[in-house]
Amino acid sequence: MADLITYRDAVAEGLAREMRRDPSVVCLGEDIGAAGGVFKTTVGLFAEFGPERVRDTPISEQAIVGMAMGAAMTGIRPVAEIMFSDFLACCWDYLANEIPKMRYMTGGQVTVPLVVRTANGGGLGFGAQHSQSVENWALAVPGLKIAAPSNPADVIGLLASAVRSDDPVVFFEHKGLFASRGETAPAGHLVPLGQAAIARPGTDVTVVALAATVPIALAAAAELESTGVKAEVIDLRCLVPLDMATVLESVGRTSRLLIVEENPYQGGWGGTVASIVADEGFELLDAPIRRVAAACVPLPFADALEDEVIPTTEKVVAALRTLLAY
Amino acid sequence: MIQVDGFTLLGLYEQMAVIRGTEKAAHDLFLAGLVKGTTHLAAGHEAVAVGASAALEPDDYVFATYRGHHHAMARGASPAECLAELMSKATGVCKAKGGSMHLTKASAGMLGSYAIVGAHLPIAAGAAWSAQLRGTSQVAVAFFGDGATNIGAFHEALNLASVWSLPVLFICENNLYMEYTPIASVTAADHPAADRAAGYRLPAEVIDGNDVVAVADAVSRAAARARAGDGPTVLEAETYRHFGHSRTDPASYRPEGELEEWLSRDPLDIARARLTELGVPEAEIEAAAQRAADTVASAVAEAKAADSADPAEALTDLWADGGHQWRT
Repeated sequence: MADLITYRDAVAEGLAREMRRDPSVVCLGEDIGAAGGVFKTTVGLFAEFGPERVRDTPISEQAIVGMAMGAAMTGIRPVAEIMFSDFLACCWDYLANEIPKMRYMTGGQVTVPLVVRTANGGGLGFGAQHSQSVENWALAVPGLKIAAPSNPADVIGLLASAVRSDDPVVFFEHKGLFASRGETAPAGHLVPLGQAAIARPGTDVTVVALAATVPIALAAAAELESTGVKAEVIDLRCLVPLDMATVLESVGRTSRLLIVEENPYQGGWGGTVASIVADEGFELLDAPIRRVAAACVPLPFADALEDEVIPTTEKVVAALRTLLAY
Repeated sequence: MIQVDGFTLLGLYEQMAVIRGTEKAAHDLFLAGLVKGTTHLAAGHEAVAVGASAALEPDDYVFATYRGHHHAMARGASPAECLAELMSKATGVCKAKGGSMHLTKASAGMLGSYAIVGAHLPIAAGAAWSAQLRGTSQVAVAFFGDGATNIGAFHEALNLASVWSLPVLFICENNLYMEYTPIASVTAADHPAADRAAGYRLPAEVIDGNDVVAVADAVSRAAARARAGDGPTVLEAETYRHFGHSRTDPASYRPEGELEEWLSRDPLDIARARLTELGVPEAEIEAAAQRAADTVASAVAEAKAADSADPAEALTDLWADGGHQWRT
């Protein structure tokens, strides 16, 4: 059996591999240095690469992302960490107005090859301002690439592609997955941005998931297997580029589509996936497209309340049963 | 004080005259319906851009604001490509994708004009950090208005640039007004940029932003300090915009006599007086002024004659591969 590694250690491993390969890769963020990050996702980097390349910053999100942008425009490949994705709002100008628009509005004169890593999502009882899934915020901005891995090997492979990308990438690490384990990635492992994975093949229904909703979808698919249902689970891995070819091909085989997303239904990425399937795959469908998304409220604190809001295996199983009975 | 000889100063004077003429041309072209959107003209601010540029090296980095025509031209963007940008022409410096507020000439180290107030101070600090990491002697310069001194990014940038001792210059063009509101009426500091510097352990100077020699002198000292590894400097250049905030602003909020007072300290007149002091003959000064006028006239003609932007260009240049595809 291959070596197992946690998702959190995979982040540090992925960063270390890129920093060894390319001396222009530098990291900056709050508590990422000797402390190893509040989620311990940068453990070992400070010891190996030193304070020049693993920089602790003040609690200044605009300076973190703004400086990463200026460095990226001038020959450095910065990886900036925004501790909780909710805090992206503190530096949203850079992600909405500066970084994604720079290349376009200068007529292609300037590229911005940077990565903004951030811990996304709920399920850990951190309350409304430290739990939201905000990948849909980034999806609303043309000019950002978006990765959101669901397992350790993909963390390493997508991080490698993100760092090497000449375009800006927002890299969502899911807090609920940090302790999960999976196979590590072989040396040189690269997962291209914009290439979905079929996490579980099936023939009866397509379930499209991302990050923490991938294990939820897989658990639901396993539960339904005893009733003879073969659900196919697609791990999108990226929202931009969005691998709709894989989704449409799968729906062509299953004729049913369920989308499982942790961001709110209101403005969630599943709406974009659904609209493309409705537009380009209408004739493939034998049932309405369904979405299991977060309820349109802030994330509550108590476990019992949080489970009401975000997707769970039970909700996905129920949605699949309804969809298959249509 | 920096020594600027008559020949050099005559060149700076001509550059300022080209900028002034181009700004007036932009104003006229707008009134003629050939420039759309808006413009934020820098007439009156020429000495800040030209004086600073004279003190910088070609590989240094400059970051400016939406009032940035003067910085683009001072760094080497041609008046023709700037006017073409304003006129939505294919030959515009940003292929007509940026417009007046985003003039950029990366090949000349002019890394953008930013229209979200204060946003580019951290970006400039990042370019300075890059120079520090790469071990070059480059400096980065952020030019910003007085209004930017009350936004968070200003303070985050000054703090971190100071802590990391970055080779960056923060140069405020204090023209007394944010948009329509006087900066003094909303700021708890007499000098909105310079007075804040001490809070970040940074040296600061208030300088005459209408005197191109004074600007060159201060910037050259600040740049030398940055290149020596001694960190950032805050400069507050006092100046005045001759037009309103933007195209639609008649600037009727200015107290009576204020514009006239500042016009009596026009940066072009101050440079002319210095030229005369240095013994440069009036005929040579006039010849420089005429060359500037000719440059502007031919830039206007060139921009007018250029092809309009190709609509197909709307879907290029988003990604590094030149395209805009976001899905398969």
